[in-house]
Amino acid sequence: MARAAVLGRLSWRVAGLAAVRDETPTARTLVLAVPGWPGHLPGQHVDVRLTAADGYSAQRSYSIASAGGRNGPEPSLELTVQRLADGEVSPYLTQVLSVGDPLELRGPIGGWFVWEPADDQPVLLVAGGSGIVPLMAMIRARAAAGRRQPFRLIYSVRDPGTALYAAELAEQEKAGDGLTVSYIYTRAAPAGSGLPTGRPGTRRCSCAGPPGSSRRPRIC
Amino acid sequence: MSNHLDGNMLAGVLGELFAVDVTTAVGRCASCGTSAVIAQAHVYPGGPGLVARCPVCAEVVLRLVRGPDRAWLDLRGVTCLQLAVPPA
Repeated sequence: MARAAVLGRLSWRVAGLAAVRDETPTARTLVLAVPGWPGHLPGQHVDVRLTAADGYSAQRSYSIASAGGRNGPEPSLELTVQRLADGEVSPYLTQVLSVGDPLELRGPIGGWFVWEPADDQPVLLVAGGSGIVPLMAMIRARAAAGRRQPFRLIYSVRDPGTALYAAELAEQEKAGDGLTVSYIYTRAAPAGSGLPTGRPGTRRCSCAGPPGSSRRPRIC
Repeated sequence: MSNHLDGNMLAGVLGELFAVDVTTAVGRCASCGTSAVIAQAHVYPGGPGLVARCPVCAEVVLRLVRGPDRAWLDLRGVTCLQLAVPPA
């Protein structure tokens, strides 16, 4: 059943880069201060716009990684950007944009791929590479709200070095609040683990959902 | 497999044109008849505009070109869009 959101016209606003955090050698989290940010649901994204001096502009969509909150006096949100070797925008965001610089963005956007903290059903989350970002917002929101319904995450990555948020996921899993995390390595498994490598197929994922799972697994 | 994004990324550009979130609307593909949420379409952003394809048959369902002061939206690939409209 389609859900509706009546939108006011979304305008571009200027955020300021407050801090950066390198998640892997090729992925960086941008902590942005966004005056007037109305808040967002986990799973939503923003459109980011870069404009060159000659007027050329490029837009990309980035999922919001944070559950929502404040950074000092301003509302803040976090984006985790994976640098693509042939990218037009990601190399700038991950290597050039510096603390204090402005960044144009618009949002929050997207009503389909969200998880509402009031939802108490167990959920299966399936992530491939940087697709973990919106799912991490859901995991963080669930933790912040003190929820305990089972969240089962299957995270497919090329090798252990490319996994985002590995330490935070391990910590949350250890806390025993109902989050379980399974990794699928498509190119190289951790040394000595004996784990098979290869793309996730339906067989590896089919038994995965926690009992009573929501009918909509979040796949990204 | 070609590199495509999902229909969620249309939410911002379509949000400039529609009063409701079209990515949660259900569209019926004019080619194969599959009904799917627009957020599930496969979007190819290269070229002069955005092209969204049916996730089942890969035919084009939507084209959008954005200029400085106008937009061209081609929805001939969708026979019908079912939108949830909140009560007034």
